[in-house]
Parts: sequence; structure tokens; C-alpha cells
Amino acid sequence: MSEERKIVIPGEILASGDEFLPGDGTRKEAKDIIASRYGLAEISGRLAKIIPLSGGYIPRYGNTIIGLVTDITFNGWLVDINSPYSAFLSVMEVPRFINKNELAEFLDIGDIVACRISNVKRKSIDLSLKARGLGKLEGGITLHINSNKVPRVIGKEGSMIRQIKEATNSEVIVGQNGLIWIKGDKIENELKAKEAILFVVSKSYVEGLTEKVKEFLEKNMPKETKVKISTGEKEI
Amino acid sequence: MTAKKEESSYVKRSDGRKFDETREMRAEVGVIKNADGSALFAFGDTVAVAAVYGPKHLHPQHLQNPQKGILRCVYDMLSFSVPERKKPGPSRRSQEISKVTEWALSSTLDLQDFPNTVVDIFITIISANASTRVAGINAASMALAHAGVPMKEMVSAVSIGKIDKTLVVDVSKEEEDYEEGESATDIPMAFLSKSGKMSLLQLDGEIRPEELKRALKMGKEACKKIYELQEKALKEKKTEEE
Amino acid sequence: MEISKLTKKRIQEYIKEGKRFDGRDLLDFRDIKIETDIIKNAEGSARVKFGDTEVLAGVKMDVGTPYADSEESGNLITTVELLPLSSPRFEPGPPGIEAIELARIVDRGIRESGYIDFDKLCIKKGEKVWNILIDIYSINDAGNLIDVSALAALIALKTAKFPKYDEKAEKVLFGEITNKKLPLTDKMPITFTYYKVGKNTIIDPVSDEQESSKSRISVSLMNGKELKISAIQKGGEEPFGKEETEAIIDSFPSVLEVYIKKIEKTFKLE
Repeated sequence: MSEERKIVIPGEILASGDEFLPGDGTRKEAKDIIASRYGLAEISGRLAKIIPLSGGYIPRYGNTIIGLVTDITFNGWLVDINSPYSAFLSVMEVPRFINKNELAEFLDIGDIVACRISNVKRKSIDLSLKARGLGKLEGGITLHINSNKVPRVIGKEGSMIRQIKEATNSEVIVGQNGLIWIKGDKIENELKAKEAILFVVSKSYVEGLTEKVKEFLEKNMPKETKVKISTGEKEI
Repeated sequence: MTAKKEESSYVKRSDGRKFDETREMRAEVGVIKNADGSALFAFGDTVAVAAVYGPKHLHPQHLQNPQKGILRCVYDMLSFSVPERKKPGPSRRSQEISKVTEWALSSTLDLQDFPNTVVDIFITIISANASTRVAGINAASMALAHAGVPMKEMVSAVSIGKIDKTLVVDVSKEEEDYEEGESATDIPMAFLSKSGKMSLLQLDGEIRPEELKRALKMGKEACKKIYELQEKALKEKKTEEE
Repeated sequence: MEISKLTKKRIQEYIKEGKRFDGRDLLDFRDIKIETDIIKNAEGSARVKFGDTEVLAGVKMDVGTPYADSEESGNLITTVELLPLSSPRFEPGPPGIEAIELARIVDRGIRESGYIDFDKLCIKKGEKVWNILIDIYSINDAGNLIDVSALAALIALKTAKFPKYDEKAEKVLFGEITNKKLPLTDKMPITFTYYKVGKNTIIDPVSDEQESSKSRISVSLMNGKELKISAIQKGGEEPFGKEETEAIIDSFPSVLEVYIKKIEKTFKLE
């Protein structure tokens, strides 16, 4: 039911008429639905909204994100999740008991951690490790993409990222905030997965992307048998 | 609008342009990869580059606004952008331009959802041939949109000149330096794309009220063309993103 | 966002195996793009890119009184500004130590090589000499600003021309350019920097690689009949061992060759 999406710029009219309702990134002035940011206009039935092409990550409750530990306080860790607001992981939000003296041992400054957003306040964000697959990430590399491209990288029901993981024999965790962790059995595989992800990001607006990515992976991957990775697959 | 040919000495523009014609303009987005948003805008040899970083956390705390994000603008010229080398570093002129640029842009931004943060805009003039602040505003407006900052409408700017008694669009340095008759009056102005309101207006020289009204009208018309270029640049699909 | 420990570790592991994320050799440069004479009001200008790192350099000439201890010589002043627009890590304000050091590294490379014939810049002994002012600006910092800046400065100098000078009025006619190039010798300085990552050394790092490095050595070489070094700068806190240092010195000719080849793909140096 959605019409073809085209790029709109701030101040442009998406739709005109009493029946239309202003969705995300738009406002209504008289009969007009007007863009309040740069992005793709999506008109679905009566709702007109903007799908952003750019802009920072907006933290949402329940999102799984990847962050970088920047400081340790007496009762937790400050984590940079690439948002203008500070994110805090309390020692109480860790599934096991952490002694007050052990904080740095568990998570040190510079470590990468996969967390869940447990609360979004006006100027700060609370994080939690109390869910499966969360915790400190070891080995591998991290990659940063625009958070608006995350849905494309994950794909419909995870199909895109699954394709990349299988073809490169890598563990991949895609944070909703645009930070991605990749760990392959070999460094070459990590880099291939990274390149495939960047390929998706650069061609995010193209049709038939799944096929193109398949071609990309086949062209660049040496043929080899699958090697099982010891730790379980982490998937969002 | 016609020049009062029998009264004004400036009957033909030094570079042959029509009175309501801008120099060749150029607009491009995404010119600085590290920035959250960036753009280039040129009027002929006057080239401005703008980069946006933010919304991001603002230090020190006393500068923060607990109700909404703030806009911070820094305008600067490269030392070799002008014929006589400009000493690096901010001057009073560049600080004033930074402020009026901030005012020209801030009414379009909606930073209610970003308390205690800052959106930094850095405008650098790479090459100068008059009309630098308006080129900067055009670039900054595109860069802000490109960065995904919530923005109600675009801002387009141009300088209108009164050269002796002739009103012209997009003043060049040669025109700025004109000395005959009533000399040159430089009028940089900016208009918002949807509401049509004026968000920048400065003037230095001498002008009659009626002429000023005509100048504003000319500027608004010229800004429509500039807007079209800015729109085109933002809508150009690029294969290389991020 | 700062670099994470695990990425730093990965970079070191990979470099230990002689490999880099973008597939380059340890002692290889990214693709280089060069444009000259791009800024009308500059007597010389160059826009240089190594991959995504971009720098703009401009030459402005002016006439002034010579220094008392060099009455027949013109002068060179090199300034670097690391613009906030080029990276989130640069703040507005006067040049910090990074910009100051960078400018001095570039300046030393040019000055000590004897590339500029300063005596030919003399107009009237003890009274009037030409001064060369090189201003270098970062436009996008994706690693290795030192080398990109040094090359941009060199090329701006090479392509620069004198502005017109009114001898009677003793005034420079800015905006009017002659066809006369600057008095340059054949002692062209080529500057490049080695970055120590873990126990290995790499050339032309991207940002992540640079952040994984704690020390560097910049060297300015003159490629004449005999290979000579005109300037060196060790930067960063980590020391270099004897074998490391000698290995670096031994690699000068080959890295110089690789560098020049890469430059000449886009710009004729001689």
C-alpha cells in the first residue's frame, strides 16, 4: 500500500489534504504535511512520515546496542553508545554478582559490550546485561555504520545478515545504534564480512540487494568448508 | 526591475551578467566524510564548505541549555582565500559573521528533543570573491539537512548590491569595490524556503527605502533559484554513502 | 567514538602477519590524488588526498624587511591549522601542539634540504626581500596528516608563481600573477612517516591504525645522486630499539621509491 519513496528536504510538502496525518519527521500546517527533516517520504494510507537517511541514533527501550566503556564509577560503567547522551550500566544490571573491587576486571575502559537499553530518560540512558547473548565482546573487530542503515543490514527477518554470517563463517552482532561486532575464524573472513556490510550500506537504496550481496560474497570468498565456532551464535 | 539608466553609471556588469543573474553556482553534499553532514556551495569563485557535527554532548556544563540543544557556528576564511593573506585565526569580522549566520539558521532548527546538546557548524571559505557569508549560509543549510538535524525548512541566501543606482544580484568583489556615483552598497540577505521569512539582513552603503524594498524582492526571487540548487544537491543519489 | 581495545588488538595482530585491513602492504601508501592551482587568490595551491585524508595547502607571497642576520635572504613561514571541520577530535581555537609540531616538521623538511634558494628572494639587500608563507589546512582527517601536509606544501611551492611587484611604489600587486616560478633547486624534500604498531612499523596509517600506534618517526629525504636525510622527527612516547631504528633507516630507499611511484601516477614531480 505504500507508494514509491522519494527523497524530501526540510520544508517540502509530502502530501496535501485533510485526510493525511503527520507521522515521524513531519508536521501539519493547514492541509499540508511538511517534511521536518531530510529523508525518504513514505505515505502509507493516511499516514505520511519520513524515513531518515541520516542523523544520529535515537535510543529506544529494548534495543540491543553495542557500546564502548569509557569510565568506571563506584557502582557501574559509563558506556559510549554513540548518542549525545551518556549511557550507564549499573552493577545491579549484570546477571551475576560483581564485587565492588572487581568492576574493572569484569569490564574495563576500552572494552566493547553488547547491552540492552532498559530505560530511556530525558537526558540519560540505562543499560542492562540481563538477557541472553549480552556481555563483554572479545576478539574480532568493530565497525561503525549510520544507525539508519541497520534495518537494511539486518534484512527482512534477519535474512541479509544471516547470508553474510554464513558466507564468511563469522559471528556478527548488529547493534541498533550502528555499531557492529564481527568475529571470524580468520581475520580474512572478518574483513570480508565487514566489506559485505559496507557494500549493503553503500547500496542501501538499490533494489534486489540480496542478490547483489550474494554475488559480492561469492566473488570475494575463497571456497572452503564450514568450520563450527565454539561459542553459540549471537543474533539480534 | 530595470536600472534607472539615465541616472546610474553602472549600466553593464563588469563580467557581463544580467542584473538579476547570479554567477555560476555549484552545490554538493557529503564533501567531508568525517562530518555528520557536510556541503559545498559556490557563487563563481567564492567557495564555501560547511561541516556539521552533532547533536552531541556539550562541554562545559554551563553552556548547556536544559530545555533544548543549541547551535554553535564558526565562520572562518583560509589565509589564501583572499588576495592579501588573511592571518589565520578569528577576527572581529569572522566572529560577527559567525553570529549572524547562527541567527540566520537557528529559527529553522527544532532541538527540543536534544536538551544539553550542541550542533556545531563549521563554515570555511576556501576561495573568496565577495558574497562569502551568504555562500556559507547556503552550504550550512545543506549540511544541516544532510546531517539529519530536525529542521523545519531550508535557508537560502544571496547578496544584493546597489552599484551606483543599479540593483544587482550576487555581488562580486569588483562590484563591491565600485567607486563611482553612489559607490557600492552590499546587502546580504537570507530567506526561509517554506515561510518565505527573512532570517538575515545586513547592509552597508547608502540606499533609499524604496530601493531597499526592491532589493529585498530581488533577493527573494534569486533565493528561489538557489533553493532549487540546494534541493538538487540533497536529492542526488550517490553510490558511495557513509 | 574512540577506538576499542579489541580493534586495536586486531590491528596489531594483523600487522604482525604483515597485513592491513585495506589489503595494503605495511610499507605502502593509499591511492594519492593531487590537484593544483585550484585557488585563484593564492600564488600557489594544492589539494592532496591519500585515500580519504584530504589537505589543502596554499602559498602566499609578500615583501618585507629581512632579518638582521640574513640581510640577503627571503624567508619561509609554515603554518598548519587542523580545522574542526575535518574531524570531531579538533576543537576551535589557536593551533594546539599537534598543529604546531606538524608545521615544524613540514617546515624543517623544506628548509633543511636547501630546496628554496632564499638568496634569490632578495629584492634589495638589507631592505626588501620576498617572504613565502605556506598555510596548510586539514579538510578531512582519516589518518597520516603529516605526510599529506608535507606533500601538499611541496606541490604548492612547486607550482607557485610570483605576484606582480611594483618596484617604483615598492608594493606587491596582489591578484596579479606573473609567470615566474619560485627559485627552487633540485634538492626536493620528500617526507614520510613510519608508525610503530606493536612491534612492527607501517607507513601511511588510516585513523584506526594511527590510534593504535604510540610512536612515529618522520623523515625528510632528498633524492639526489646520493640519498641524503635533511630532517628527522621522532614523535610519541614509545622508544625505538637499535634494530628497529636501523631497519627503518635501511628501508628509506625502497619506501621512497614506492612513494614517488605513487605520486607520479597523478603528478609529475620533476
